[in-house]
Amino acid sequence: MYVRDTIAAVSTPPGNGGIGIVRVSGAQAAAIADTIFKPVNSGGLISHRFYFGAIRDPRTGETVDEAMAVLMRAPRSYTREDVLELHCHGGMLVLERVLALALACGVRLAEPGEFTRRAFLNGRIDLVQAEAVMDIIGARTEAALRLAQRQRAGALSQKISEARGFLLTALALVEAFIDFPEDDLGETDTASISCNVQKARGIIGALLAGFDGGRILREGISVLIIGKPNAGKSSLLNRLLNENRAIVTHIPGTTRDIIEESVNLGGLPVKLLDTAGIRHSDDMVELEGISRALEKIPQADLVLFVCDSSRPFEAEDRLILDALADSRVIVLLNKCDLPRLFDLPGVFDGMKQLKISASSGEGIEALKEAVRTTFLHETDLDSREFVAISRARHREALVTAETALERFSTGLATGLLLELLALDLRDALTAVGSVTGQTTSDDVLDVIFSSFCIGK
Amino acid sequence: MMTYEQQYDVIVVGAGHAGCEAALAAARLGCATLLLTINLDAVALMSCNPAIGGLAKGHLVKEIDALGGEMARNIDATGIQFRILNTRKGPAVRASRAQADKQLYRLRMKRVLEHQANLHLKQGEVTALYLEGDVLRGVDTRSGIRFLGRTVVLTTGTFMRGLIHIGMTNYPGGRAGDLPSIGLSEQLGRLGFEIGRLKTGTPARLDNRTIDFARLEAQHGDDPPVPFSFSTTRITMQQVPCHIAYTNPRTHEIIRAGLDRSPLYAGVIEGVGPRYCPSIEDKVVRFPDKERHQTFIEPEGLETVEVYPSGMSTSLPIDVQIAFYRSIEGLERVEIMRPAYAIEYDYVNPIQLHASLETKLIHNLYHAGQINGPSGYEEAAGQGIMAGINAALRVKGLEPLVLGRGEAYIGVMIDDLVTLGTREPYRMFTSRAEFRLLLREDNADLRLREKGHAIGLVPERDYAGFLRKREMIVAEQQRIATTRLSMEPAERELLGVLGLGEIQKGTTLEQLLRRPEVTYAELAMFDDVSRETPSEVWEQVEIQVKYHGYIERQLEQVERSGKLEVVRLPHDIDYASINGLTGEVREKLSRNRPDTLGQASRIPGITPAAISVLAIALKANAWKRHEG
Ligand SMILES: Cc1cc2nc3c(=O)[nH]c(=O)nc-3n(C[C@H](O)[C@H](O)[C@H](O)COP(=O)(O)OP(=O)(O)OC[C@H]3O[C@@H](n4cnc5c(N)ncnc54)[C@H](O)[C@@H]3O)c2cc1C
Repeated sequence: MYVRDTIAAVSTPPGNGGIGIVRVSGAQAAAIADTIFKPVNSGGLISHRFYFGAIRDPRTGETVDEAMAVLMRAPRSYTREDVLELHCHGGMLVLERVLALALACGVRLAEPGEFTRRAFLNGRIDLVQAEAVMDIIGARTEAALRLAQRQRAGALSQKISEARGFLLTALALVEAFIDFPEDDLGETDTASISCNVQKARGIIGALLAGFDGGRILREGISVLIIGKPNAGKSSLLNRLLNENRAIVTHIPGTTRDIIEESVNLGGLPVKLLDTAGIRHSDDMVELEGISRALEKIPQADLVLFVCDSSRPFEAEDRLILDALADSRVIVLLNKCDLPRLFDLPGVFDGMKQLKISASSGEGIEALKEAVRTTFLHETDLDSREFVAISRARHREALVTAETALERFSTGLATGLLLELLALDLRDALTAVGSVTGQTTSDDVLDVIFSSFCIGK
Repeated sequence: MMTYEQQYDVIVVGAGHAGCEAALAAARLGCATLLLTINLDAVALMSCNPAIGGLAKGHLVKEIDALGGEMARNIDATGIQFRILNTRKGPAVRASRAQADKQLYRLRMKRVLEHQANLHLKQGEVTALYLEGDVLRGVDTRSGIRFLGRTVVLTTGTFMRGLIHIGMTNYPGGRAGDLPSIGLSEQLGRLGFEIGRLKTGTPARLDNRTIDFARLEAQHGDDPPVPFSFSTTRITMQQVPCHIAYTNPRTHEIIRAGLDRSPLYAGVIEGVGPRYCPSIEDKVVRFPDKERHQTFIEPEGLETVEVYPSGMSTSLPIDVQIAFYRSIEGLERVEIMRPAYAIEYDYVNPIQLHASLETKLIHNLYHAGQINGPSGYEEAAGQGIMAGINAALRVKGLEPLVLGRGEAYIGVMIDDLVTLGTREPYRMFTSRAEFRLLLREDNADLRLREKGHAIGLVPERDYAGFLRKREMIVAEQQRIATTRLSMEPAERELLGVLGLGEIQKGTTLEQLLRRPEVTYAELAMFDDVSRETPSEVWEQVEIQVKYHGYIERQLEQVERSGKLEVVRLPHDIDYASINGLTGEVREKLSRNRPDTLGQASRIPGITPAAISVLAIALKANAWKRHEG
């Protein structure tokens, strides 16, 4: 149905050690196999069979890696196109070389999620599945995976239809008094209208709060480690990294002063920003380092302020503290295994504080837990109740609903005309219904006819 | 079978409320039109209550009028009580309602039909469509005459295989005293139409000399009565009141005791009844806690003693009817002149129609009125005028006229019907219109006059009047936007009296009018010009200013949703071959076969995601065709 070019990509997330897959999809897949893969037993590849062999650079004849290859002919493949998978085991560098060989044969590097998009466009999966798969692809942790699966199973739909139910009742109460003026219905029941709206707002509010959790699970949060030199930032970083086998990448374009590391903290994907470069601000270069670290503060979801509790509170500590006024902060009183000299009652009032020892590991578990709960609140990762909206579309719809209901509540309080109130309620209902694809008009009438005796 | 010599452009079957508007529209558009009906003495007969209008229905009537239809003028000429409902609510949900003199209503409509150029009105029951292969050629009648026509509009109302129930007794009839239509629906079924069964009912007609009106509360109409039609200047008919009575626990007891002989509860009636118009036995059963139900005793006309007790329809046997009507205070001695009854009839699933009301199965065949599911004179007439217009446009080789949901209640109704179908009698409610604030009675002419004129249905004289009004509205809007308060002592004093002492110098009249406590009438205290403004002009100005924000918001919504409305889905589209749609969505689309993406989006279960897939598929398809 769609004629398109052939694409290729490394399709295992980087850093999963052991085996990695280079996947090629499109009409040229078989040709690529012929060009760069030499099976041990010669002859062409039969669809859906694994072959052991060597990946060779066709120009030099050099063997790049030993690999298993499988060719899946259309339509019995993930994308419904011809797909070649090369299962290599040489680590990231080798994977990149294999990919480069494929690209050299004239195929194009796939965009993120493009395999799934093709699977969707070719009818292998539907859009809901595609969206969920997109999330699964991005799900860097098990928790995110579980979230994506739960959403597919309809936990979100259920919450949405609950909210919708309340809104329908409220709207029906309003509409009945508009459409049936001659039907002896009594006075408009504002108390019951506003009660139903409040219930709906409660659910929508909770879903929106959960949304942050959803985004965080998928995209990860950024945590900035900040502190004066020798406060223990590096050992804290190493402590967190060592236990989590994270991949270290030096982000190009940033100075050496800021290092970004990915790590999984108790099921939460975290990007650690280490401000390794903070020094005394005696000369210009050093000053720049500090200001660069401080600049990062607003971009961080959370700041870990490392203090050396074996030394007194100093001017540099004060400088950092002042810069943290608007941030989410956890103060880490490091070196708690040493005698405490750091004593400034009141300075950290109202901030979360933890005693740790980066060198001995004391308090590190508590720190992880603290980071996790900062973002996931009561919506425990493992709780079955946890419903998060991980799609921007859903979030937008709920925000629209919430805004409309806010207007409605104000209007109701100021005695706005019923049909104008109905407009806000309807906007909210439409928005909420758009998440699950439900329309409104007849449902409202259903509620009216079952609750009121209509019929002049 | 004898073939009649004249060939018609448009043949309309049935002279009910739909058929009359359809035939008039087609004839007024210059088409040679034939209107066939079973009984010429029952043209435009009100089968049920002797009233026109009400919430959303009044809106429909004004729209029909704005397009150049007849219903509004007909009720203006024969109405005996006029009222505006919901006067304490905003302008969008105010609606007109009028009691009709039933016989005069029918006679006037018949006269209009008789004198309409290009229109032949004949008695005859159509028993079959006449097709050559699958090409529609005309209709066959019971008396053995075949009429040839290029297009046919079916408006058979409650007549197809009509079955009347009074208690456990039932007999064929299209309406009490009228023959049913036999044969036509069987043929439609054979042709592939989905035929369903619906039910409705009507109360007894009572002798007003046996009612003690002194004990009932009188309800008078508005004084002066406000007409429906934009072209009527004054109501000249004599005006009379209605009266309100109530059932009581004893009434309910009598009804409950008779339920075993109700065809509804005994399961004799298979058709689905309207939930908004339940029989009295339904009300008593479903709302057992309600101690009384209200009834309006409505006069059927000036020259008759018959009255109509609204809300008291029933299919209970006649002895139970007599007992329960007599249990009502003030009706102790009441005599029933015609018994209440229920009627079952065949309808055709409107999902099989295009938005033009042409059927998807047979080219040049249109369905309008109760045959499509909806009940109500106004609903019927609204579809009738559209079917008549579109049949005529077809004859002229022009594109059909389809009104949008943001344009008219007629558009909402037809879209609801053809997009969603209906399993119960459909009635218009304002809550069905998501752009309700735009679709007001007061601006029906501003919304539709131009369209009616463009196709040739609105006479020049009426159109000229409309243009004048519209210009005056614009001029007055500009005037109050630029006229500022002078703040002379007299003005200052007036503001003080109105509690607006803080108003600044330089404030425009428009800004003043925007304040919730100021109406146009108060504005007139400040300048002489306002005092001269005709009411239909200042009414528009006031609404536009006061509801400006809301109107803008709705206009924006219309525009946003309009994008999907213009994307047409090809008739031959194969949903099974579109990848990315779930099985459920495919099935729904294959069954409903929407004409546009907008229609598709309103089918329950069709998600925005599915709409995106369709949009993608349409693009891909267009691209493929282009390549190929
Ligand atoms: C008992 C009863 C109760 C009702 N109660 C209500 C109510 O409570 N509320 C409400 O809104 N509406 C009610 N209605 C419905 C209302 O009367 C109709 O909705 C409205 O009249 C429909 O208009 P129409 O033009 O579609 O059909 P009708 O007004 O029914 O007119 C149909 C016309 O077509 C003619 N006809 C039918 N078949 C043929 C044929 N084969 N050949 C030639 N002519 C044919 C008939 O003679 C008739 O003149 C009731 C109707 C009945 C009969």
